[in-house]
Amino acid sequence: MHPYDLERVIVEGIRIEWLFRRLLRRGWISESHLDMAIVSAPTNHLGSSSDVPRSLPPEPPASPVQRVGEYVFDKVVSVGAMALFTLQTFGWLLRKPPRWSVIMPSMYAIGVSSVPVVALTGTFIGMVLAIQTYNQFEAMQMETKLGAVINLSLVKELGPVLAATMLAGRVGSSMAAELGTMRVTEQIDALIALGTNPIRHLVVPRFLACVLLIPLLTLMADFMGIIGGATICTQLLGVDSFHYWTHSRNAVGLLDLFLGIFKSVFFGAAIALTGCQRGFHSTAGAEGVGKAATESFVFSFIAILLIDFVIGWCWNIIYFSIWPVESSFL
Amino acid sequence: MTPHHGNEPGAGEPIVAMERVTMRFRHQTVLHDVTIRIEPGETLCIIGESGCGKTVTLKLIIALLQPTAGQVYYAGRDLATLSDPELNRTRLDFGFLFQMAALFDSMSIYDNVAFGLREHQLCDEAMIARVVAERLQEVGLPPGLENKKPAELSGGQRKRVGLARALALSPKVMLYDEPTTGLDPIMSDVINELILQTQHTMKTTGVVVTHDMRTVQKVADRVIMLYPLSRLEPGESQILYDGPPEGLEDDPDSRVRQFVRGEAGERLRELSSGWGE
Repeated sequence: MHPYDLERVIVEGIRIEWLFRRLLRRGWISESHLDMAIVSAPTNHLGSSSDVPRSLPPEPPASPVQRVGEYVFDKVVSVGAMALFTLQTFGWLLRKPPRWSVIMPSMYAIGVSSVPVVALTGTFIGMVLAIQTYNQFEAMQMETKLGAVINLSLVKELGPVLAATMLAGRVGSSMAAELGTMRVTEQIDALIALGTNPIRHLVVPRFLACVLLIPLLTLMADFMGIIGGATICTQLLGVDSFHYWTHSRNAVGLLDLFLGIFKSVFFGAAIALTGCQRGFHSTAGAEGVGKAATESFVFSFIAILLIDFVIGWCWNIIYFSIWPVESSFL
Repeated sequence: MTPHHGNEPGAGEPIVAMERVTMRFRHQTVLHDVTIRIEPGETLCIIGESGCGKTVTLKLIIALLQPTAGQVYYAGRDLATLSDPELNRTRLDFGFLFQMAALFDSMSIYDNVAFGLREHQLCDEAMIARVVAERLQEVGLPPGLENKKPAELSGGQRKRVGLARALALSPKVMLYDEPTTGLDPIMSDVINELILQTQHTMKTTGVVVTHDMRTVQKVADRVIMLYPLSRLEPGESQILYDGPPEGLEDDPDSRVRQFVRGEAGERLRELSSGWGE
């Protein structure tokens, strides 16, 4: 018997049992029917080809529709698992917040040690923006407006998104790898065996550290970007510094800064939850842990882009319904 | 048997009972219709080749896994009916020695052993320090090791710390997952002695999952041999042997005798037929 067929037989067996259990719960059948289903599911003599009853009809290969169905089903299940994981994290966060002594190490690992890389990213983004936009604005004799352009895009968009991306790469995948290794080496099982909830003990501190510190890291990226952009414009490209800063001050409001910070909190939550969830569901071996780390980055990056888009859209709707005027910029 | 519903098992009631348990993972069934009842105070060894569901059995007992069908009872209570806090409290009655010890590698040895006591706030720091020192001494670890990280210890030392951690909460039931795997013969014997000592001095019920026959001969009151489902004849029970360790050698079932003696038996034919292809 082909191993692929074998797998199908098992999957069918599980499906039959699942179906019977649902019927049982609704009271349409009795326990004895369930027993019959379990016994008749051909799973107890798998492995050697001679054991499989000959009466079993050969399984046709899965049709494309079936495969699409299975794919979609798997995806729905993983979305559900993620939602459940998030709910449990919030549940434990509210029910029994962890002690500061537990959160502090996570805060150090997530926040303090990310400062250099986030600062560096911010600085370079500011400088690159200055260099790339200068020629266009200079051609229009509007180079002093660069302050508004660079600082506004940094504060509203690039600062938060790039800080979050760096954090997803640096912190999110390390969380996935760390928890994945703990899963594989049975440390998570050991936590449960010692009467502790692993979500409370491992996920909540990381989640809190991420959500509390990402606004500060975003501010750091914003600040360094502004300094970087201004240095290039005023010192290297000869833009008048008084007008550069005046235009910046007129264009960038507190509300813009707030939008960036507000978004970053959601990014932080997405990074922590994705990283931890991937780690928790890591499969065995070095390959499994590696996959968990990669998936953690990819999924949290997609989540960051999605959240950014949705919040940006909603923000515009709300903003323009309150202040239905044109932007003061340009 | 109708499970007894109460907090403490009565005389002759099993402390742990698995009733008609089937365990199925996504791609395979590991246990099928297995019933195991463990009496208070006995040391049960579960033997069997790799992949026959020994570790799964152990994890079912402490509800690290939930059975696909059937029930697992501890002290007469069905674990599936317990709420999360109740289940966590129940787990404090168990000590689990993991196969690779599963020490928390971010913590020192001291913090590892103190973990359960601290987490459940069972006593103050001074008391914790005493318990940790006592437990580490019991498992024969020299003082001065407390501040090291698990990565700095040898395999045997890690196992002993794992045992100390499991014993810190004075469990009623000790579960040992392949306690001697990966250790040299002398360290294996040390661990066997420690199991024996634990079972006698702390009067715990013990479940030892192993394929080391020396462990079985040394510590077991009773032995259960599980057999992989894939190799069973249709309709056969997965438990091939259930009895005292002395009876293993003379069991009528050749598969039991082969396992005890460590003989490949008909597997050799599988090998040669594989080569023939």
